[in-house]
Amino acid sequence: MARTTRASTATTAGTSERLSVRKTYKLYVGGKFPRSESGRTYEVLDAKGRFLANVAQGSRKDAREAVVAARAAQAGWAAATAYNRGQVLYRVAEVLEGRRDQLVAEVGAGEGLTARQAELAVSEAIDRWVWYAGWTDKIAQVAGAANPVAGPYFNLSSPEPTGVVVVLAPQRSSLLGLVSTIAPPLVTGNTVVVVASEQRPVPAVTLSEVLATSDVPGGVVNVLTGRAAELAPPLASHRDVDAMDLAGAVGLDGATGVAGIGWGELEAAAADSVKRVLRPATDRRGNDAEPDWTEAPRPQRILAFTETKTVWHPKGI
Amino acid sequence: MPSQPSTTSSTSSAAAAAFEYAPAPESRAVVDIRSSYGLFVDGAFSAASDDGSFKTVNPATEEVLAEVAEATEADVDRAVRAARRAQDKVWGPMPGRERAKYLFRIARLLAERSREFAVLETLDNGKPIRESRDVDVPTAAAHFFYYAGWADKLEHAGYGADPRPHGVAAQVIPWNFPLLMLAWKIAPALATGNTVVLKPAETTPLTALLFADVLRQAELPPGVVNIVTGAGATGAALVGHPGIDKVAFTGSTAVGKRIAREIAGSRKHATLELGGKAANIVFDDAPIDQAVEGIVNGIFFNQGQVCCAGSRLLVQETIAEELVERLKSRLGTLRVGDPMDKNTDVGAINSSQQLARITELTEAGVAEGATRWSPACDLPSSGYWFAPTLFTGVSAAHRIAREEIFGPVLSVLTFRTPAEAVAKANNTPYGLSAGIWTEKGSRILWMADRLRAGVVWSNTFNRFDPTSPFGGYKESGYGREGGRHGLASYLIEGSTY
Repeated sequence: MARTTRASTATTAGTSERLSVRKTYKLYVGGKFPRSESGRTYEVLDAKGRFLANVAQGSRKDAREAVVAARAAQAGWAAATAYNRGQVLYRVAEVLEGRRDQLVAEVGAGEGLTARQAELAVSEAIDRWVWYAGWTDKIAQVAGAANPVAGPYFNLSSPEPTGVVVVLAPQRSSLLGLVSTIAPPLVTGNTVVVVASEQRPVPAVTLSEVLATSDVPGGVVNVLTGRAAELAPPLASHRDVDAMDLAGAVGLDGATGVAGIGWGELEAAAADSVKRVLRPATDRRGNDAEPDWTEAPRPQRILAFTETKTVWHPKGI
Repeated sequence: MPSQPSTTSSTSSAAAAAFEYAPAPESRAVVDIRSSYGLFVDGAFSAASDDGSFKTVNPATEEVLAEVAEATEADVDRAVRAARRAQDKVWGPMPGRERAKYLFRIARLLAERSREFAVLETLDNGKPIRESRDVDVPTAAAHFFYYAGWADKLEHAGYGADPRPHGVAAQVIPWNFPLLMLAWKIAPALATGNTVVLKPAETTPLTALLFADVLRQAELPPGVVNIVTGAGATGAALVGHPGIDKVAFTGSTAVGKRIAREIAGSRKHATLELGGKAANIVFDDAPIDQAVEGIVNGIFFNQGQVCCAGSRLLVQETIAEELVERLKSRLGTLRVGDPMDKNTDVGAINSSQQLARITELTEAGVAEGATRWSPACDLPSSGYWFAPTLFTGVSAAHRIAREEIFGPVLSVLTFRTPAEAVAKANNTPYGLSAGIWTEKGSRILWMADRLRAGVVWSNTFNRFDPTSPFGGYKESGYGREGGRHGLASYLIEGSTY
């Protein structure tokens, strides 16, 4: 964003700098880029308080539409072969690489990073996506089992996707944190509705453009921007959502919950349909905290959104 | 068992067409039931802080078996503190291979005293002695034996190089498999270095209290396992206690949701094994004799009081009529009556409350237009009994097709195509188990991929094994018990919720 911000402050006449064509920031739902049905936007500033963009302020209805799109896409995404999902997800990393400069500018502006720090964050995010893409056809071998039951039975356990997963994306780490939370559920065939970082949503919008121009089917990832406090509660109580990642329920300032809503309230709402809930991380003292996403990832984030299915069959002649 | 004269006539009339059996009652003398039991806390029995107690009865006769202490909040607190001390000072620091040997001891002691446990289980629960003797008790012992061997191998279980226990586990178990559920809960918890406060079900506390005597013989250090008896209030006090790190619950979906709400916003981890409404799907090419046996086992095992019971029979339309006829003739040979009789197939319902629920739902089935059928059988005049029941003409909207009955009641629905079978099977908020009957291997695997259920039995049903993960999709709960997967939720590194 640094580049466009600079350009937008220049005047037209008498300068050599061209007035840039600005982007309209929209939601990404079902493979399309709608505005919020509410017609609302909110102003997003960079780390120094300068105007970056007016971003769509998604509504409850937008959230419900996103769940419908995610549900519609889920069976197909899960039915794709693990090899195919790996190919499709790897392709996302290829397209991300092509958007590298844009992402470095956006992450740098939004998070207040130096160019070098922003480059490191974007590199890590792309590499993280590649790491997860490679898991699609390996996770069942690591997490599954041939169980030696005491009888003449074939018995096999394997992980399957939980279904529709809502991700409250991390508030601080706008791209690396985002990738680290939405890629894991995608690995096994879940579909995702993600609520982007409220104050740093721009890389999420760019990622949705990357997804739209790679091979990820529409509806597999749905990106909502807006007020987390408005979007999270209806998603937590939505009966067609199977699981939630509450990573983003830790504020930019380290405050717990989203804009006054404690994550415990979201977890309690999720209990009504027995949703699987991944709670926010804690720091060494046990306080809620956004983790350091540069730490080596573990497959546990993938497994959090899987169900183990065990199939029995008698052996005989 | 002198109090059971009426049941012999019931079994003989039901089985008249097949075989006459002389009564073959198991001896009750093998077990000493004390007149009253205290709480087992910190290695010793004690009364409840307010001296409160409740009665546990034999559901086959309504005879009071014993008075059992009802744990108060203060008692629960004492138990949690004892578990914490034991975890900090003894069980946590103990090398895995030492923990393993305690668990191996427990497994052997259960096997040595298996007849005693089987008889007590049948008296307190109402299930046929054949089931407690051949399924509940041996599987419970096997569960301890299996997890014993994990205790010194956790670094190889796939949860990191040095996986750590949560600390103190609150475990609340149901009345349908009292000792087996105790084993499912306690064995992995102890293997991983957690200590335990266990609350048995209100109507079936006795085998857990006898298990305390096994712990005495095993010389398990005090406080590692604490057993607090009581009803819902005791369970709520335990789950809500701030000293608890991990909750493991098996029971109804309604209570499971309450627990999930209760611990929301805390750092307590949970596994929930809740209700089910399993589809048992029979295709026209199924091995029909095996299928009939599997259907009967699926819904009448343990009087249908099984969370994974195959309570919805989905039959391919072309064979529906024939299959129902064969089922009816098989049901006519089921021997309903004295659970202590070794020939009994179907025992007593566990409690009057459960009997009332089964009765209410079957009446709703009739009121909503389904056709009810039961074989002719005389039920004993005392105790809680329900004849094996089959409903035909059931639609997906009927309560008997949607709600968990938890009794010996089978709803029969039909389908035409495999896709329709999948759609009907998955049309439920539950997702614990499913059954598939067909001789076509590719169809089994195609179906198994699409059924949203944690356990899929193909050409078999209701199989359990300590090595085999068990647990649900959707509102049947989360987490797995059994196998390597069963370690995960007792380890910090393996836990996700």
